Amino acid sequence: MTFRVLVRVMPRAGLLDPEGQAVERALAELGFREAAEVRMGRAVELAVEAASAEDAGRLVQTMCERLLANPVTEDFSFEVITP
Amino acid sequence: MIQAAVVRFPGSNCETETLRALEAAGLSADVVWHRDDALRGADVVVLPGGFSYGDYLRSGAIARFSPIMAAVREHASGGGAVFGICNGFQILCESGLLPGALLRNAELTFVSKPVTVRIERTTTPFTGVYSEGATVTLPVAHGEGRFVASDEELRELDARGRVVLRYLAGQNPNGSTADIAGISNAEGNVVGIMPHPERATSGVLGNDTGAGFFTSLASWTSTLKGVA
Repeated sequence: MTFRVLVRVMPRAGLLDPEGQAVERALAELGFREAAEVRMGRAVELAVEAASAEDAGRLVQTMCERLLANPVTEDFSFEVITP
Repeated sequence: MIQAAVVRFPGSNCETETLRALEAAGLSADVVWHRDDALRGADVVVLPGGFSYGDYLRSGAIARFSPIMAAVREHASGGGAVFGICNGFQILCESGLLPGALLRNAELTFVSKPVTVRIERTTTPFTGVYSEGATVTLPVAHGEGRFVASDEELRELDARGRVVLRYLAGQNPNGSTADIAGISNAEGNVVGIMPHPERATSGVLGNDTGAGFFTSLASWTSTLKGVA
């Protein structure tokens, strides 16, 4: 079965995120003063061939640990969308 | 057989001047393509600056899977000298050959300017000719040079004297933790630095204080021959 997976990779809490800060300032410039704590991460969408949603999840977990996220600076989460 | 191999990844752009700096120090050197799987007997491997794989995903994240990296890993574990400059440093961190990571500069801008660094570890193949505490002014050119590591790794780097270069106070160009500009592994044979010594190796370039990194290597390799 083919599962669609959406991976979310975020800078680890506590690490300086200058990109997020710049976007937050730009939002304020636009008048959105309500916006705060902006953090910039990365989204990865992929299709995974696996026997079950659990197997797909295990594969994606390994992909995140080995490549998609940097274990020193980033945290990840993902959702497997069952067809 | 060559003494020094400079690895060219797709997107490397400092391999020619790195080669020249090695040759000017008297080493036989050549460029090795990242899809090769052997280092041609080299005693030294240099991962040069540039933007391997367009910095896609994270700087250095994809280059670490190039076929040549298996040979680089083996070379490093056997005590061979490995030098990562700028993007090469990022690749060494992504490969796990050095701890930590290099993130987007704190001020978000790409910095390209001379900065002064202090040489804190001289017991590496690349810094042997300098005296500890010496300062050198070298060009930096990077958008992602802010060194971060876990508290435990930072303690280990400090406790074991593994910080090779530190930006002088007030000269930190990227918000790097503890002003760190370059580090080594525990043994000292693997070193990564953000500044570009290969761009400061000749008076005609306006600065030759970086040449010492390459003359250090030349004397380190001649010691190798002595014991072989």
